Amino acid sequence: MSNPPSGHILPGLRFKQRFPLLALILERFVLSIILLFAVSVVIFGGLEALPGDFATTYLGQSATPQAVANIRQELGLNRPVTTRYFEWLGDALRGDFGSSWASKNSVGEQIGKRLGNSLFLAGFAAVISVPLAVGLGMLAVHFRNRLPDKIINIISLAAISLPEFFIGYLLILFFAVKLGVATFPATVYESMGLVDRLKAIALPTATLVLVVLAHMMRMTRAAILSVMSSAYMETAELKGLGAFRSIVKHAAPNALAPIINVVALNLAYLVVGVVVVEVVFVYPGMGQYMVDAVTVRDMPVVQACGLIFAAVYIFLNMVADILAIIANPRLRHPR
Amino acid sequence: MNGYTKYLTSRVTAGGLSRREFIGRAMAAGITLAVADKLFTESAQAAEPKRGGHLKLGLEGGAATDSKDPAKFLSQFMFCVGRCWGDMLVESDPLTGAAVPALAESWEPSKDAATWTFKIRKGVKFHDGKELTIDDVVATLKRHTDAKSESGALGVLGSIKDIKADGGNLVLTLSEGNADMPLLLTDYHLVIQPNGGNDDPLASIGTGPYRLTSFEPGVRATFEKNRDDWRSDRGYVDSIEIIGMNDATARIAALSSGQVHYINRVDPKTVDLLKRAPNVEILSTSGRGHYVFIMHCDTAPFDNNDLRLALKYAMDREAMVKKILGGYGKVGNDFPINNTYALFPEGIEQRAYDPDKAAFHYKKSGHSGSVLLRTSEVAFPGGVDAAVLYQESCKKAGIEIEVKREPGDGYWTNVWNVQPFSTSYWGGRPTQDQMYSTAYLSTADWNDTRFKRPDFDKLLLQARAELDETKRKDMYRTMAMMVRDEGGLILPMFNDFVNASTKQVKGYVHDIGNDMSNGYVATRVWLEA
Repeated sequence: MSNPPSGHILPGLRFKQRFPLLALILERFVLSIILLFAVSVVIFGGLEALPGDFATTYLGQSATPQAVANIRQELGLNRPVTTRYFEWLGDALRGDFGSSWASKNSVGEQIGKRLGNSLFLAGFAAVISVPLAVGLGMLAVHFRNRLPDKIINIISLAAISLPEFFIGYLLILFFAVKLGVATFPATVYESMGLVDRLKAIALPTATLVLVVLAHMMRMTRAAILSVMSSAYMETAELKGLGAFRSIVKHAAPNALAPIINVVALNLAYLVVGVVVVEVVFVYPGMGQYMVDAVTVRDMPVVQACGLIFAAVYIFLNMVADILAIIANPRLRHPR
Repeated sequence: MNGYTKYLTSRVTAGGLSRREFIGRAMAAGITLAVADKLFTESAQAAEPKRGGHLKLGLEGGAATDSKDPAKFLSQFMFCVGRCWGDMLVESDPLTGAAVPALAESWEPSKDAATWTFKIRKGVKFHDGKELTIDDVVATLKRHTDAKSESGALGVLGSIKDIKADGGNLVLTLSEGNADMPLLLTDYHLVIQPNGGNDDPLASIGTGPYRLTSFEPGVRATFEKNRDDWRSDRGYVDSIEIIGMNDATARIAALSSGQVHYINRVDPKTVDLLKRAPNVEILSTSGRGHYVFIMHCDTAPFDNNDLRLALKYAMDREAMVKKILGGYGKVGNDFPINNTYALFPEGIEQRAYDPDKAAFHYKKSGHSGSVLLRTSEVAFPGGVDAAVLYQESCKKAGIEIEVKREPGDGYWTNVWNVQPFSTSYWGGRPTQDQMYSTAYLSTADWNDTRFKRPDFDKLLLQARAELDETKRKDMYRTMAMMVRDEGGLILPMFNDFVNASTKQVKGYVHDIGNDMSNGYVATRVWLEA
């Protein structure tokens, strides 16, 4: 028996061998879709498990049985969970997230505005924090165990130890109440000009930068340090390369994978995890939108928000993995 | 100046009191004629309202789920928004709580108070230029009373059998007599809309002093002055901006940095800190809202009146007001009515903390072992602290209370009105009748103390149709005594509405009707430059 000619290998396998990167991306993509479905089931089930449905929680203490019955009737809340889930899923697949049960506004439209706000804030924070963190990390390595390194470490440790709402309050107290130089509240609205918008988000951006900076900076520092101990770095040093140059040229590129990962994680946090900052600064983003909806069990909104949050997380993680593979070709052919 | 005098002068400033009325009331409160006269002149000078400016409010209670449909107004935020652009048929007097004309000019009951005729004001224009007609009024009330309606006013209007137009008048036929009918129409859901809002409930077109110019649920609402307003004694500022601020610290920061002119829901715990800010004024108004400990009269061990009395005597009301409300409130007397209601039954002895009496009744009840009290932070602010404080005061009477802290999410579904002993709050109602009908009538859905007394029910229905005020007052007194001495309600305190503004804000009316000057704050104040 001879080995089958290469032409007889399964087509999928051949594709995988010829385009390993593309195959990997496709695989991750399909997996992400499946994950999104799972998330939608979990959210739906979770809300069902919470005490009280939309009709009772929305009306709260002022609910008359008649009004509750009317709402249930109108929204079809009396029907089985599975029916409602698949109906919703069908609409969502067609890109229709329906309208909010509570406000009757189109969920898609509302999310458009809110997501825009969230991305604006997150993007602005990322543009400042990512280069700053990586730069500071490299600086810390360069001066490791000396004064600059220690100062960077102490400040970042302090920032990471304080809860974000506390940092927010401190910034408000000093810059808005005492000095009166910053805009507060950071409420942005549609007709607002770009300059006003940037002024409005100055304080929340500063808070977010302080919160995510330390994490990324310390990861950068640790990753570069671990590369620094490898043999080729010794070689670089022996061949007489300057210390900072060897960090930037040889150590940093090889430490990219873990850095990319932690950056992606923090970016995801900036989009989906900033509810507290949004509340403190009165910023109309996605987090606040979802919390309001969960409070009254406004299913269409919660589902849509949940899916978008999950999609952002999954997407950023996927991008991080792919970038890590590009940065380190050895990962392309897993054994 | 004590609180009452301050209140009176603010009424003068708001243009609500004549010289004669002011001096009479101030002297009754123990102020000499000369001082009262001087006070009046000063406040009257401050009474010239200034027009113009941009008023900014930072309010708790907005959410992304808020609806612009008045029928679905729920939050404090929408309560205030609705009052800016819409009018009801009837308003309530800020000082006495009596019904005063708004879009209805006058009204007349039939002898049995079961048919009411309202004369509708002429020459009032909606924001879209269309004139208000009787058809709009009828359509509005029909929309809110429809059995399929999701309106928050559905419960209030349950007794209306027929709504019809008779010439320019509105005629309401009730299933039974109700002397309070006009007051029921002050409900903030009942904004009169063109064609009742049937065409577009979300259009926010009304007859109010301001037009809604932009609205993002849970974020912000802006208004501009309605130049065709049918009234001149309101709507002093040119434009209004209401910002949703659900974080208490954010509200305080925004006010003390001068970014907003007015905030609601100041936490009694932080009010003293806020007072230190030089430009801030605390606005505290007596209200009808009350914090309660409720026992189910039909469930063991609370089906024993001696045990209920023991638990009532073991409540230290003074301590509650001082520690839980920071002094911003009044002690309660175990019935849900206070002197902000018309026809308040005066002269009922105040129940005080008495460990000996509590111990006596406890022993007589024959109960032994601990009593389980369920509570949560959402029951009322400081609910858990209040339960622990109560536990301490009970200990001195030899009663052991076991405090169980329940999760806030789902408290109203799983604990309140379900479990036999829990903490809760009531927001108060426009009339005594409504308060009792909502929670003390045997058949009421929200009879959260399971207080079921046919004699009480009979009296309630009699009082409802009684147009003679003296007789009615007597009936309310008897009812209050029944609830106080035999009911399942422990009512330690009525909470004040605690809000705050910058000193620029003038003409604030302390309205006993509801929080935030009964929601009218933005239309009643003006800004001093």
